[in-house]
Amino acid sequence: MHELAITVIGPDRTGIVADVAEALAGVGANLSDSTMTRLRGHFAMTLICTGPAPEAVEKALAPLNADGKLLATVRAVEPEDDSAESGDPYLVSVHGADRLGIVAAVTRVVAAAGGNITDLTTRLTGPLYVIIAEVDLPRDAADELRERLTAAAGELGVDVTLRRADTEIL
Amino acid sequence: MTEALGDWKPELLGVDGKVLPVVSAPAAVLSGVGVEVDPADPATVQLAADLVATMRVSPGCVGLAAPQVGVGAQLFVVDVTQHPKTATTHGTFVLCNARIVEASRWRPGREGCMSVPDLTGDVKRASRVVVEGVLPGTAEPVRFGTDAFEARALQHEIDHCAGKLFLDRVAGAHAIHQRKVYL
Repeated sequence: MHELAITVIGPDRTGIVADVAEALAGVGANLSDSTMTRLRGHFAMTLICTGPAPEAVEKALAPLNADGKLLATVRAVEPEDDSAESGDPYLVSVHGADRLGIVAAVTRVVAAAGGNITDLTTRLTGPLYVIIAEVDLPRDAADELRERLTAAAGELGVDVTLRRADTEIL
Repeated sequence: MTEALGDWKPELLGVDGKVLPVVSAPAAVLSGVGVEVDPADPATVQLAADLVATMRVSPGCVGLAAPQVGVGAQLFVVDVTQHPKTATTHGTFVLCNARIVEASRWRPGREGCMSVPDLTGDVKRASRVVVEGVLPGTAEPVRFGTDAFEARALQHEIDHCAGKLFLDRVAGAHAIHQRKVYL
């Protein structure tokens, strides 16, 4: 069995998920973790599967791209390393006028503090640009990161907040 | 003190409110901490009336803070009387220099904002709060408790007065949503 990283993206239409999932099931590729969402009218799927060799999966997905609109990529990857350390969960919100380089500048500051981004969404609506990032931070790194983010946000002319994420386990 | 709030209504302001244009993010006035106001100042009373008038012409609007009409001041109006998630309500009221003094029973909920018209967000807010502030046109502080949707609206408006948007409090990377447009 192979661990496979698969991406599929194309203009949104009814049935993309069903078509892709059916093709994967047809060649015995078992879908484990995935995110699938619509981004500005494009439907984007990122999946990790276990299944046959990448070539077999590529072949199964190829008919979906008959009209040249649905781009799929498949490659073999290493299974997750169980020893991956996680830090304290934090949330970063950024919002302000859209300009080039906001994500680059903010995420560079997070990375420099040892923060690992585990999930991130951006939205552009009219002139407003929004980033919400979930970050695992090393212990005791939050106060300094907050100062550095505030300084970076000041240069970009945007607002930033860093706050501890709630993790209530029931 | 709570009785003063119960007896208060916008007509007591004694001035006609003007409908003001609502500011959308990004705008500096939405990001700054509002200045404290003098509740007895005629300018504060006029702004209070303007906030009421602007809220009333805005469909579905349950609250509006001074920064949303371009004034960086600690003043807002709330009226959740018509909202289905409302439990306790104090009618239409305007508060100056308000703050949350007690907050408990935190609950998630989805909220929007006239100043962020295209997005909504999942935000955890206290569903029980005690709030202190001053009614415009008076010098008397009020302190009252409320719950459910009125509590959420108060926290949202008090955030505006502190230069915060719901975007600063959303619960995660998947907690902002494109607002649905129903035609």
